[in-house]
Amino acid sequence: MRLHEFQAKRLLADYGLPTPRGGVAFTPDEAEAIARDLAVSPLAVKAQVLAGDRLQAGGVRMVQGPATVRSAAASMLGQRLATAQTEDEGLIVRRVYVEEGVAIARSLYLTLLIDLRTAGLIVIGSPEGGEGIEERERRGDLRCERLSLPVGGPADRAELSGFLGRLGLEGATLERGCDLVEGLRRAFVELDASLIEINPLAVTTSGELKAIDVKMAVDDNALFRHPELASLRDEAEAERMKLSAHRNQLNFVQLDGDIGIVSNGAGLGLATLDMVHRAGGRPANFMDIRTTARSLDIAHGFALLLDNPKIRTLLMNVHGGGMQSCDTIAEGLGIALRKSGRKLPIVVRLAGLNADLGRYRLANFGCHVIEAPDMGTAAEHAVAVAAGRT
Amino acid sequence: MAILLDRDTRVLCQGMTGWAGSHHVAQMIEYGTQVVAGVTPGKGGRTHLGLPVYDRVADARSETGANASIVFVPPVNAAAAMIEAIEAEIPLVVTVTERVPVLDMVRVRDALRGSGTRLVGANSQGVLAPGICKLGVMATGSERPGVVGVVSRSASLTSEVVAQLTEAGLGQSTTVGVGGDPVHGMSMRDCLELFLADDETKGVVLIGEIGGFEEEEVADFIAQVRPAKPIVSLVVGIHAPRERRMGHAGALTSGGSGDAAAKAAALERAGARIAASAHLVGRTMAEALSGGR
Repeated sequence: MRLHEFQAKRLLADYGLPTPRGGVAFTPDEAEAIARDLAVSPLAVKAQVLAGDRLQAGGVRMVQGPATVRSAAASMLGQRLATAQTEDEGLIVRRVYVEEGVAIARSLYLTLLIDLRTAGLIVIGSPEGGEGIEERERRGDLRCERLSLPVGGPADRAELSGFLGRLGLEGATLERGCDLVEGLRRAFVELDASLIEINPLAVTTSGELKAIDVKMAVDDNALFRHPELASLRDEAEAERMKLSAHRNQLNFVQLDGDIGIVSNGAGLGLATLDMVHRAGGRPANFMDIRTTARSLDIAHGFALLLDNPKIRTLLMNVHGGGMQSCDTIAEGLGIALRKSGRKLPIVVRLAGLNADLGRYRLANFGCHVIEAPDMGTAAEHAVAVAAGRT
Repeated sequence: MAILLDRDTRVLCQGMTGWAGSHHVAQMIEYGTQVVAGVTPGKGGRTHLGLPVYDRVADARSETGANASIVFVPPVNAAAAMIEAIEAEIPLVVTVTERVPVLDMVRVRDALRGSGTRLVGANSQGVLAPGICKLGVMATGSERPGVVGVVSRSASLTSEVVAQLTEAGLGQSTTVGVGGDPVHGMSMRDCLELFLADDETKGVVLIGEIGGFEEEEVADFIAQVRPAKPIVSLVVGIHAPRERRMGHAGALTSGGSGDAAAKAAALERAGARIAASAHLVGRTMAEALSGGR
């Protein structure tokens, strides 16, 4: 679950992360009021969307005075912002964050995350902040430093000090940096984060550290021990489908083709997408039915599919396993088709646990199905049907 | 011989008294697996499915001689259950539980370091040695004892590939689901290493997918040891929906890995045969074993 900049800054402030003063505004009036309260210049007006690379896209503006803050906020609020990290259509800006400007002497990049290779927490830093960090490192223009951090207790101060020294910090600023990284380490572990990225981390002209921008995500699987974080989920910005499907035990991703995919398990679902593409077709979705999904959950997922007018055929490629059998999925499909009333040709390939029972279920629901002997043939059939070739 | 399992595998189940544990343990017993005990804290002394239930793994182990554990404990306590099994020196632990927090898996990996335990999962369908032992939740019926080892990140594709192999006249020595989570126990490379050392296994199928770095790691290993046994690989997700990235951190740690096509290319360069499509894995292995292509 991704958090907004303002949410992350508030959470991390409790762990000692120094951030510029600021406030959240839903309207231009509120933005102007915050600017008056802050009573400094310049000010930053920052669109709160769940994506990075906002600066280049015009989602962060440095302005002078409350009136300009107001007009900057007015130009962002309610508009879509498309950055290099969003889809082309962008995300709607529902809030802006108004923040005091910082006199930056130099800036760094700092991130904490789980390193899959070592299966441990790691902090990565670079002596320069800004955009395009990973490309700059790949080109050899930028040197990133890495340090493993413990999850069971505080980091070794000497190691932290060495790490930050290699990033060019010294004296009192280096000491503040050690406290800052240790605070972030503690936050990462205590809040079950999956990412904390500070970019840029500014060193001010007076040697203070300030987190100018923060990206943070928390582990969805750990929300059960963080009810306080679950309430931060931005329901409006999470796509309706993704959220609705999640509640119903499915992973559902809308794509722009015309072949609806019904499959169980992420691996078989991905394989089905690949086979449809190989046969020259275009999937309308990716779907991964979780092993714990019941037929009504599944029916709800299929309703998302059947709501899509672009779909010309359904491809049902199911290999019943020990935790999800063919008949449960067939029943879900039958219920969804009955409810929607849509008549679609369905290319079916059922194998594994309760495949026969699945076929009976489909027949009982009156589904018109085209059976295929294996999944390669099924994909080819579905592509032919969608193209009107059968 | 299979890998990881044999006829002397004696299984205890952590979380046996719950719904999933009860259901799947019954199926495992039906398959012929020697299940000897259950462990559920607070329910020690009871009998469930005709088996003694213990409060602690260490007690279950010393009383019953269990040498493997399967874990169905819900996410809240799954890590504690795995760590308890590691501390009780259970040689093989398979965790089926889905949605274990990633930091908990980091703690489990810390506990594994220096221990004698091999962990499969979490979020794994388990390990199956056809005709010998089922330590998992996979459906059975299409598997046959035989010479092909299967290592996979996906349960559904494992079932599919096992059926294809059997259809092609090839049995399986062992199938292992390494688990679908980013941080887990045994890697594809660890499993391949065991399969290469197993005399009965004549060929190995590696089923990978988009994301992570395990396919690249196993490709490096293949390039390094140049195994005589044929290795057939399928990597799915070439046309997966693109994930919206967040920030720069992912790209910094993945080192450019994760792309399905790049994974397949790395495996092919290392000497693995790539199945041209997901439905052709069985046939590709049959050709490889008969010295074709």
